[in-house]
Amino acid sequence: MAQHQVNYASAAGLPVALTSVDKLVNWGRSNSLWPLTYGLACCAIEMMASGAARFDFDRFGTIFRASPRQADVMILAGTLSKKHAEFTRRLYDQMAEPKWVISMGSCANTGGMFNTYATVQGVDRIVPVDIYLPGCAPRPETLQYALMMLQKKIRRESANMNKNTKQRLV
Amino acid sequence: MQVTNKLTPFFENLNFERSDNMMVINFGPQHPSAHGQLRLVLELDGELVTKAYPDIGYLHRGIEKMAENMTYNEFLPTTDRLDYIASTANNYAYAHAVEKLLGIEAPRRAQVIRTMLLELNRIISHLFFLATHALDVGAMSIFLYAFREREFAMDLMEDYCGARLTHSAVRIGGVPLDLPKGWLEDLEKFIDALPENIALYEGLLTENRIWKMRLEDVGVVSGKDALNWGCTGVMLRGSGVKYDIRKEEPYELYGELEFDIPVSDRCDSYGRYRLYMEEMKQSIKIIKQLIPMHGETEPQLMAHAPQYISAPKEEIMTQNYALMQHFVLVTQGMRPPVGEVYVPTESPKGELGFYIKSEGEPYAYRLKCRAPSFFHTGLLQELLVGTYIADVVTIIGSTNIVFGEVDR
Repeated sequence: MAQHQVNYASAAGLPVALTSVDKLVNWGRSNSLWPLTYGLACCAIEMMASGAARFDFDRFGTIFRASPRQADVMILAGTLSKKHAEFTRRLYDQMAEPKWVISMGSCANTGGMFNTYATVQGVDRIVPVDIYLPGCAPRPETLQYALMMLQKKIRRESANMNKNTKQRLV
Repeated sequence: MQVTNKLTPFFENLNFERSDNMMVINFGPQHPSAHGQLRLVLELDGELVTKAYPDIGYLHRGIEKMAENMTYNEFLPTTDRLDYIASTANNYAYAHAVEKLLGIEAPRRAQVIRTMLLELNRIISHLFFLATHALDVGAMSIFLYAFREREFAMDLMEDYCGARLTHSAVRIGGVPLDLPKGWLEDLEKFIDALPENIALYEGLLTENRIWKMRLEDVGVVSGKDALNWGCTGVMLRGSGVKYDIRKEEPYELYGELEFDIPVSDRCDSYGRYRLYMEEMKQSIKIIKQLIPMHGETEPQLMAHAPQYISAPKEEIMTQNYALMQHFVLVTQGMRPPVGEVYVPTESPKGELGFYIKSEGEPYAYRLKCRAPSFFHTGLLQELLVGTYIADVVTIIGSTNIVFGEVDR
């Protein structure tokens, strides 16, 4: 938000705040990121722990949603197998723009320790990834940091959705 | 004729497009209550489930195949990712099988630490079961409470081995580290506070009208069915069969410890929930007995078997022979004798065992993991038939399956 100097006590009228459309829209977007519950493997447990009492994801305005239609972020937490890959892409396509993807853990980033016939070697082969977070499994603090980085990224973006969509086509 | 493709695969006796009033729905593989990547194809008559097909393999990572190309010690961290809610139970089951193959036994202090960690993991796993099961049924606050308690246990695990989820705290031949200073006091504090919290959960759930309505007489498995389907752990004990490997074939220190095996004759989800709560109390009892045992033991942590296990760090740094052995064991890996072994252990979910066939090479010829959740998933096709669609999540939650273990 733009910095403004208004003396509310002396000015009898309504408070006035000045900002740009980009900043206002991105302020809203970045502070209500609703992730899709996309637990795939071990990282899903840490994702749940982030949502639970100690780490409390709600502080960031982050509430897990079960439907892709209501979600803004897809947190891919865990190993993506080839059998599951097409569902991931379908769910990503079902999410409404603007949308972002966090790839959580080594398996989602690169396939990790599972360099086998059944595993997708990185979810960026299926969907465009915004934030990669390392670790096996990453701690909840790591996921919180990733979310803060994503917020930062969103605040830098243009609010013009068409422009974003064009760049994000895979 | 049904056209099959990857999204609507061919299932026996099941048509996705049909003219009668039956409806076929896909449950999963991405469903928040599916406990991982379970896909169920359900045929519904109104709200009644008439057919259920569990479709597994969405988390298949080829772990058993990986074992054939890794040395025995290399494979140990991979076992963490099987049942990722109680990693130490997997580490232990694997290490125990390899130890049996090698014919060695862990020293007593290592056994005390291992048993402690196993029971701590049982508490972690049961708290997780309670949290997710209650969340699926609709009791959100239990999820928050149980996870709060679980974090204390996770902190203890972290203090010991440095990891929250993937511990690798048990090694072949013993444990790598002694307990850090003050750890036992922290553990004592945790288990002293736990009964009070368990009482809180029980106060919120056990006599709760909604909880009872959702769980009682839902997911009834008779003792005979449970045995026929290969159920173990709470699924079996919840059906009135008193079978716990810790009592039947005691391993580690379970033979010396005093604890009861809770059994329920209710055969339903409610009975199993009661058993999980009871088992946590038994774990507390076991840990309480173990705490004084630690001080009475010799400080040796790894078995003395120079052919298979590296010497302690001090010896490696001071004695040439120990260094040479260590070098060979690290670069080539241990070579167990020719033979095959299967050792069952009681993981929080049921009977977990590793079958290993060795041909004398540093790599296992074949490794098979007998995971309890796999059998409980198979049971779903019979268990879900005749229940309402709303009870499906209750039953899945009550079987306590985890997909790292099912698909491997």
